[in-house]
Amino acid sequence: MAVAHGAVHEEHRLGFIRRYIFSQDHKIIGIQYMMTSLFMAAVGGVLAMLIRMELGWPGGHWGVARWLFPGGFSSDGVLKPDFYLAVVTMHGSIMIFFVLTTALSGGFGNFLIPLTIGARDMAFPFLNMLSYWLYPPAIVVLLSSFFVAGGAPNSGWTAYPPLSALRNAAPGSGLGQTLWLVSLAILIVSFLFGSLNYITTVLQLRTRGMSMGRMPLVTWAQFTTAILMLLSFPVLFAAVVMLLFDRHLGTSFFVPSGLVVGGQLVTHQGGNPLLWQHLFWFLGHPEVYVLILPPMGIVSEILAVHGRKPIFGYKAMVASICAIAFLSFLVWGHHMIVSGMNPLVGTAFMVTTLAIAIPSAIKTFNWVATLWRARIHFTPAMLFAIGFVSLFITGGLTGIFLGSPAVDTYFHDTFFIVAHFHFVMASAALFGLFGGLYHWFPKMFGRMMDERLGKMHFWLTFVGIYATFFPMHFLGMAGEPRRYYSPQMYDFLRGLAGLNMFVSVAAFGLGLAQLIFIYNFLRSLFRGPKAERNPWHANTLEWQTESPPPHGNWGAILPTVHRWPYDYSVPDAMDDFIPQTVPAAAVPVAGGALDDGLQGGAVDEPPVAGSERT
Amino acid sequence: MAHDAVDQEQALASDWGGGGSPFAVGWPKLMMWLFLVSDTLTFAGLLAGYGVVRISLGRWPDRTQVFNLYLVGAMTFILICSSATMAVAVSAAKRGDHRRVIPYLLLTVLGGLLFLSGQAYEWTHFIREGARLFGNPWGIPQFSATFFITTGFHGGHVTVGVLYLLVTALRWARRSIQPESVEITGLYWHFVDLVWVFIFTLLYLI
Ligand code: HEM
Ligand SMILES: [Cu+2]
Repeated sequence: MAVAHGAVHEEHRLGFIRRYIFSQDHKIIGIQYMMTSLFMAAVGGVLAMLIRMELGWPGGHWGVARWLFPGGFSSDGVLKPDFYLAVVTMHGSIMIFFVLTTALSGGFGNFLIPLTIGARDMAFPFLNMLSYWLYPPAIVVLLSSFFVAGGAPNSGWTAYPPLSALRNAAPGSGLGQTLWLVSLAILIVSFLFGSLNYITTVLQLRTRGMSMGRMPLVTWAQFTTAILMLLSFPVLFAAVVMLLFDRHLGTSFFVPSGLVVGGQLVTHQGGNPLLWQHLFWFLGHPEVYVLILPPMGIVSEILAVHGRKPIFGYKAMVASICAIAFLSFLVWGHHMIVSGMNPLVGTAFMVTTLAIAIPSAIKTFNWVATLWRARIHFTPAMLFAIGFVSLFITGGLTGIFLGSPAVDTYFHDTFFIVAHFHFVMASAALFGLFGGLYHWFPKMFGRMMDERLGKMHFWLTFVGIYATFFPMHFLGMAGEPRRYYSPQMYDFLRGLAGLNMFVSVAAFGLGLAQLIFIYNFLRSLFRGPKAERNPWHANTLEWQTESPPPHGNWGAILPTVHRWPYDYSVPDAMDDFIPQTVPAAAVPVAGGALDDGLQGGAVDEPPVAGSERT
Repeated sequence: MAHDAVDQEQALASDWGGGGSPFAVGWPKLMMWLFLVSDTLTFAGLLAGYGVVRISLGRWPDRTQVFNLYLVGAMTFILICSSATMAVAVSAAKRGDHRRVIPYLLLTVLGGLLFLSGQAYEWTHFIREGARLFGNPWGIPQFSATFFITTGFHGGHVTVGVLYLLVTALRWARRSIQPESVEITGLYWHFVDLVWVFIFTLLYLI
């Protein structure tokens, strides 16, 4: 299309605003997404610190924090109960929708998809720009809920009715909840534009020779994620619309008969609160995979590049990405085991839930096998990738416990759940994000990040995460419920005060360790040594162009692809890497992937050492 | 648009091997398909909501007492006819039969407008009888709420479709679009009709 020709000249004609602010260049949009998400991560991180302040020292006096959040603390510096609920809600909503989804899909997706498939840009650059520019307004609407009467919503990131449906159910159920819903609706439209673009781009814009079977796993993951988003978010959109109607136009989809709020009988009647849970989790579970598939792709890439070995079981990796994506639509009921759903249905969801553990396990085994006898370069990116695998195993195992209704009936809504998803989703995805940033920073900004600081950041974060979240398993087993303002008011939980304090101190340390990253990131942005084209000696296409790539990515001619992306340490080859652009005639193709007619690969045989045997 | 350049590049490669279009469709068309898939899920969400509240309530008013099914049947018929006229416009555009494109597009617009007026009449009637979003004389508030939301959301799609058809007709008259754009408009329009068939069945008949 218009991008294809004269792209290089076009760049000079654009003014600063069109080039860096309302840019249609996928790289700039990706970086905009990333920067905005990192800013939101800081906001969400501060909120997490507030949560740990309260849980570590319930009713403690925090004069300083009162200065930051005047409305949230009483005059003697005690965090108010409704503000606590607002903070928990906003922490979850921000981290899930406004940090991880936007950074991993919006940031890496935009930056990497066209570069890794050899395209000049997305299929629809203008739509892409719109997608980004819906994100800041959504943030403004979301954050403004802190400043309206009643404050931010109290109903958690899952916004269960009736708390979210009745405007007088809790302080935050007023305007704050409405703003939350509107903000989410805006963001859903943004995600829709993004995913339409990603899918079209991957299907239509792959350069010559880049068959689906030669696509790097990071691109496969982004592609599948986009499909998940395209199919799951519209359902949430419908639910959000219905909830807004319930709140403001008097319908009652979600509000049951006979509720009494504030001593008064609610006029709504006949609704079904479980309907919201079904609709929400039909999105919600695919959403957690939206957050984990891109890191899985990122980690697969990093392990191969920094381990100098082909990824183990490429086909199995692709197949399990697809299997996870498919199954993720069939497991939502495991979030509703104790909701009063028919136990038989719960058992059915147990079966699908345990089934989804299989492709997840396949991926894990393949990562470990990739590391087996690899020549590991312990760069920060690699450390974070290995850390990801560790976190994913820890969290995945507790997922299997929770999949069993008998066990979940006890654990549901305790801190055990908080531990589960902070390992498997929050921390693992965060490690994918950090790993990806350390790995692609040179490509994004043309400078190297500092390795020593990166390693320090890794070790402090890794230890900090285990210290913060592992004890939460014990808190959960002892029965501490999640989302409570002061669990210690119950006798049976008093004994947990010490452990809670420990967790809080660890969390503060974890938070502080992130300052190292911020410093390293900002300093490297301006002072880092200039990066060469291919500092990690990687095979994928994005490393074969300049750092950072020019407008239009590839100069005059598009690259042509001759092999799969994982020809590392090929026996008898001169270098230990063979970029995808090297013709088979120059160096025989050692590794290959899906070589059937549909995928259009060449005669691709897997390399002898450490390759797949599936 | 540089269609020639794209075509040339396509010719050089196999369908899935990169450098080409696996389904042999243009980008905008693929994008419309994808959009329609996601829109299907929005409607599915609304209709699932309708199904769940209706089943969990256990009783539901008798629609034959409330709606004039002849009118709704006629509206449905008109909408299906407009799909047919749309199909004629698309094939005329593809064949390069320029004279027939605009009249048939306008006929389609007419079908859409008739449908919308039928819907406006029906809503007015329903509201006069006392139906509101939050309640109605038949004693089941969810009855009118699901009705207004579902048919309203669909009616919004029809309205957008009518505007979209007019823009397409205008641009075709100015020769600023390819036949494929007419086809894409057609995809959207057929989708809107198809959804209506589901709504008609689920809301009025069952
Ligand atoms: C290995 C397979 C997994 C299994 C079998 C599993 C199982 C479960 C189950 C049964 C629950 C419900 C617990 C309850 O609320 O009582 C749950 C909660 C959760 N899981 Fe997983 N999980 C798995 C992997 C994941 C992954 C990969 C992620 C995210 C990337 C994730 C994110 C979450 C979240 C966010 C929640 C809590 C939602 C909430 O209530 O706020 N899980 N998981
Ligand atoms: Cu789940």
